[in-house]
Amino acid sequence: MPSVSFEYIVKRFGAITVLDGLNLAVEDGDFLVLLGPSGCGKTTLLNLLAGLLDVSSGRIMIGDRDVTELDPKDRDLAMVFQSYALYPTKTVEGNLRFGLSARKLPKAEADQRVQWASELLQLTPLMRRKPSELSGGQRQRVAIGRALVKHADVLLFDEPLSNLDAKLRTEMRMEIKKLHETLKPTVVYVTHDQIEAMTLATKIAVMNKGEIQQFGTPDQVYEHPETLFVASFIGSPAMNLINGQFTVTDGGPGVVFADQTRIDLTEYTFASLPRDGDAIAVGMRPEHFVHDPVEALPGHTAFDLTVGMVERTGSDALISLDFADDQLFVRAEPDRAAKTRPGDRVQVHYPTAKLNLFDAKKGRRL
Amino acid sequence: MTDATIMYPRKPKRIKGRSIAVLVFLTMAALFFCVPLYVLIVTSFKEMDQIREGAMFSLPTTWTLEPWRFAWFEACSGLNCSGLRAGFWNSVVILVPSLIASIALSIVTGYALALWDVKWAGPFLFLLFLCAFVPFQIIMYPLIRLTVTMGIYGSITAIAFVHSVLAMPILTLIFRNYYKDIPPELIKAAIMDSGSFWRIFVEIILPMSGNILIVVLILQITSIWNDYLIGVTFGGLGTKPMTVHLANMVTVSTGTISYNVNMAAALLTAIPPLVIYFVLGKFFVQGIAAGAIKG
Ligand SMILES: Nc1ncnc2c1ncn2[C@@H]1O[C@H](COP(=O)(O)OP(=O)(O)O)[C@@H](O)[C@H]1O
Ligand SMILES: [Mg+2]
Repeated sequence: MPSVSFEYIVKRFGAITVLDGLNLAVEDGDFLVLLGPSGCGKTTLLNLLAGLLDVSSGRIMIGDRDVTELDPKDRDLAMVFQSYALYPTKTVEGNLRFGLSARKLPKAEADQRVQWASELLQLTPLMRRKPSELSGGQRQRVAIGRALVKHADVLLFDEPLSNLDAKLRTEMRMEIKKLHETLKPTVVYVTHDQIEAMTLATKIAVMNKGEIQQFGTPDQVYEHPETLFVASFIGSPAMNLINGQFTVTDGGPGVVFADQTRIDLTEYTFASLPRDGDAIAVGMRPEHFVHDPVEALPGHTAFDLTVGMVERTGSDALISLDFADDQLFVRAEPDRAAKTRPGDRVQVHYPTAKLNLFDAKKGRRL
Repeated sequence: MTDATIMYPRKPKRIKGRSIAVLVFLTMAALFFCVPLYVLIVTSFKEMDQIREGAMFSLPTTWTLEPWRFAWFEACSGLNCSGLRAGFWNSVVILVPSLIASIALSIVTGYALALWDVKWAGPFLFLLFLCAFVPFQIIMYPLIRLTVTMGIYGSITAIAFVHSVLAMPILTLIFRNYYKDIPPELIKAAIMDSGSFWRIFVEIILPMSGNILIVVLILQITSIWNDYLIGVTFGGLGTKPMTVHLANMVTVSTGTISYNVNMAAALLTAIPPLVIYFVLGKFFVQGIAAGAIKG
C-alpha cells in the first residue's frame, strides 16, 4: 500500500481559487482524515486525487507514480461516495462486479473477491437485491464492498456516514475502523464530523478555506492545536478561548484578563515568546479542570468563580462560570453538577502545562 | 386545533359559472374531434348507395367491410392499383431504420452532453435549441442537395437520414435533460469503476432510460408514420410511405369519389400509431410523470 502526496496543488474554478499551493503527504497504511467545515475544499481535494477533477497546477503522487495526468480508472483507487452512488438498475452483486468486469480479471478471481467482500460485510443474503430494496446502512456496506473488491491501493471516502442516523453512524464507524485494522489500506477520508476524525484517523489534516491548518495525529491536533481555528474547531464541548494581554512582571510571564485577573505562565513552554502588551488568546479545555482541590496543586492555576448555569449533556455535565466578562465552560461529573446551583462559588484548578496560548492577531500558537 | 376547524369550515363545493364555462368549452372541444371521427367511421362501413342519399350522420343501413377490403387490396395510387398494402410495407420499412437511427444518434449525444465533460457543450446546446425551431421547409432544398451528393436521394436511407437529422435537436435536448437528473456521484463512481464511455452507457445509463425511451419512441413512431413531406420529397418511386399512397388515392378522382373507400383508407393509415398508443400508453404517462430517476 503506497503513500500519497499532494505537492503545491492549486485548484481554480474559473475565477475562484479553492486550493492555493497545498502540500500534504501521508505514509502508506495511514488513515488520513481531511477535517474541516463545509465548503473548505475537502471534496475538491479528494476529487483531485481520484482524478475526477483536474489540478490547475501541482503534482499528485501515489507511491512513486506521478498520477497527475492519469485517468481515474488507472490510478488504482476506489472511492465511497456520500450518496453511496449505487447503480440503481444493478443488483448488489452487479454493483460489486461492475468495477471488476472492467478490469478483465479471470472469472475465478472475480468470483472469489466478490464472495470475500460479501462475507466480510455480511452482504451474502442481499446479493440478489436492488439498491432500492436496501436500508441506508446496507447501501453503505454495498458501497464499501464495491470499493473493497477492487483491491485498490488507496481507498477514498467522501463523508460516507453523513446520511446515516446517529446509531448506525457509530456502528459503521467501528466497522470502517475494523476494516482498516485488518486490511491496512491507505485511506483518505473526508468528513466535517470531528468525532469520526478523532476515532478513525491515524493522521488528521484540519482544513479551513482551502488551507491545511494543521497536520498531525489526533492527539497532537487535540492537545496541541497549532492555530486558533483548530483550537476552536476541534473538541466538543469546544475549548474555552479567552482574550487577554501578555505581560512580563518580576514574577515572569503572565496574562492579564479584562477583569484584571492574572494567570502566571512561568510553567508554560512557549514556542515563540510574545512581546509585553501583545493581545493573546488563552485556550482551556473544559475537561482539564480539576474541581474542589483539597490544597493548592503544583503547576495549576486556581480559579474561584461564580456559577452561571449548569447543563446536563448525557454522560457529562457542563458548568458555566463567569470569568473576565466571559464564560468559562467546565466539564463536571453529573453528581458534582447536581450539587451546584447558579450563583454558587466554586473552586477549579487548571494545569498550566495544558494551556493553549495563541497570538490573537495572527492566530498562531505561542 | 379544534378551534381552527370550527373557525374555518370547508366551503361546500358548488358548480359555479366559471366551471360551467370550462365544461362547455371542453365538451365542444371533444365534439370538434369526435364528430368528424364518427362520420369517418360510419362512412367507411356504408355502401355507396347510402352515401349518395346524403345523411352523413346516419348509421349504415347495411354494414359492409367491402370498402376496407378494397382500400387495402385494390385502390389505385397513380397507375398502381394494388391498394394501400404496398404503402403500408414501405412505411414499416421506413419506420424501423428511421426510428433506430434517430433515437441512437440523439440518445448518445444527450448522454455525452449531460454526463461527460464535452468541450463547447454550452454553445452546442444553444445551437441545438435554435435548430429545434428551424422549419423543415427552409432546409429542405439544402437537404435534397446533400442527399443527392451523398448518392442516397430517392431511397429509404435518405428518408431515414432526414428523419434522424430533423429529430436530433429536440430528441437530444429531451435525453440530455433526462440524464441531467442523474446524480453526479453516480457517474463519478462509474468513471472510477470503468471509465469507458460505451460500457457506462450500455450497462448503467441505458437500463435507467426505460421511461424516457418509451416517451421518445411514441413521439417518433407517430411523427415518422404520419410524415408526408419527407416521404414525398426524399422517397423514390417504389419507396413512398403509406401517407403518400393515401393522398394519391384520395386526390386522383376519376369518376365518382368513393367516400367509403377513402374513409377506410384514412383509418387504415391512422391505425398503427393508435395501436402504439394503446400498447405503450400506460408507460407513456408513467414516463412523463416519472421525470427524475430514483435510485
Ligand atoms: N464545480 C465547481 N465550480 C465552482 N466552484 C466549486 C465547484 N466545486 C466546488 N466549488 C467551490 O469550492 C469550494 C470547496 O468545495 P468542496 O470541496 O465541495 O467543499 P467541502 O467538500 O469541504 O464541503 C466551495 O466554496 C465551492 O463553492
Ligand atoms: Mg464535500
